[in-house]
Amino acid sequence: MARITAGIASSHVPAIGAAFDQGRTQDQYWKPVFDGYEWVRAFETREDPDVVILCYNDHASAMMLDVVPTFALGMAEEFEVADEGWGKRPVPLVMGDPVLAAHLAEQLVIDEFDLTLMNTLDVDHGLTVPLSLMFGKCEEWPVRVIPLAVNVTQFPTPSAERCWQLGAAIRDAVESYPAGLNVQVWGTGGMSHQLQGERAGLINPAFDGAFLDDLTADPDRLRRITRLEFLREAGTEGIELIMWLIMRGALGERVEELNRFYHVPASNTAVGHIVLRPLD
Amino acid sequence: MRTRLYSLDELNDIPGTTVFNALRSRQAYHLHKFCMSLMQPENREAFRADERGYLDRFRMSDEQKRAVLDRDFTKLIDLGGNIYFLVKLSNTDGWTTQKAVSSMTGMTPDEYAAMMRAGGRSPEGQRSIRGKS
Repeated sequence: MARITAGIASSHVPAIGAAFDQGRTQDQYWKPVFDGYEWVRAFETREDPDVVILCYNDHASAMMLDVVPTFALGMAEEFEVADEGWGKRPVPLVMGDPVLAAHLAEQLVIDEFDLTLMNTLDVDHGLTVPLSLMFGKCEEWPVRVIPLAVNVTQFPTPSAERCWQLGAAIRDAVESYPAGLNVQVWGTGGMSHQLQGERAGLINPAFDGAFLDDLTADPDRLRRITRLEFLREAGTEGIELIMWLIMRGALGERVEELNRFYHVPASNTAVGHIVLRPLD
Repeated sequence: MRTRLYSLDELNDIPGTTVFNALRSRQAYHLHKFCMSLMQPENREAFRADERGYLDRFRMSDEQKRAVLDRDFTKLIDLGGNIYFLVKLSNTDGWTTQKAVSSMTGMTPDEYAAMMRAGGRSPEGQRSIRGKS
């Protein structure tokens, strides 16, 4: 049977992608950010996952105008890289896993998660920046990816608890898949940041630090954080952290923290990254 | 009886913040359709060649068109816009996201960049208009 062997969370700041693509990873400004991902790049080489279920949000690249799905699952064989206004990122095509995606879609809807299923989907920096951070420069990505896009843009977003429950259902769905796949779940976005209004530039290291701690120490507290509290404490875009809770919910009750990284700033954002191993 | 977790009025209590919702999304639909059109290189060229003429292809309000021409992101947010759509415009201009975001704060791009390098804007005093915390 398939197993979820690790959960990884990371910010997905577009400027990180631009620095990566333009070869500025050793600049004084960017070096600390990229150094923070050296550990996980070696980890991913050792772990060699078959599939990543990648929770991210579409930044008005493929959805959010005509349709606004709360949860949308990518069903296709491949996903094109979106042009977000300055040309496509020069990264490989993202290959999907339609058979596992179809299994997830069935299991999750049976389990009362009324997902939107995307038979075509262009993916933006929300999905490709984490791939670049975990795998570096490559000719083709070493994993198949099932995108799970979450509405974190238009209020109301799903709640923290709903995201956790979806993660728990993903775990059951993966474990009922007959093929022996090594599956990871990634949660992306965050940490604290706000990209609009006079309050733009908000960073809350105390909130972020407690969030990182409680992924292992007290995840029940994180499930109770309201959307209002995310907006107040972590900024309007800090609510992306609910996607980390899908990842965490998919790992079961007890987890071990293998690595973490926190850095301010990347552009407008506090960069956070954590690697977790399920213990149950 | 179903109960709400908290009053949605609370969303208006965060200083310097506009929460993007379904009604705003509808108000900005044509503005956002324009923004997403800039994901095609040929549309970016057409917009650059004749900004006003290009905007007239869309059913946006005159106020929205004026704010686009002025690159007035604060106004665009007031008129329903959301930053993830609006950065398609600033990306077309070759601006960094940081520059677009900083334009809403009353700081210069350099002042804003310096604030971010120094750790960003503290949440102290920025949580609640009513509670001033």
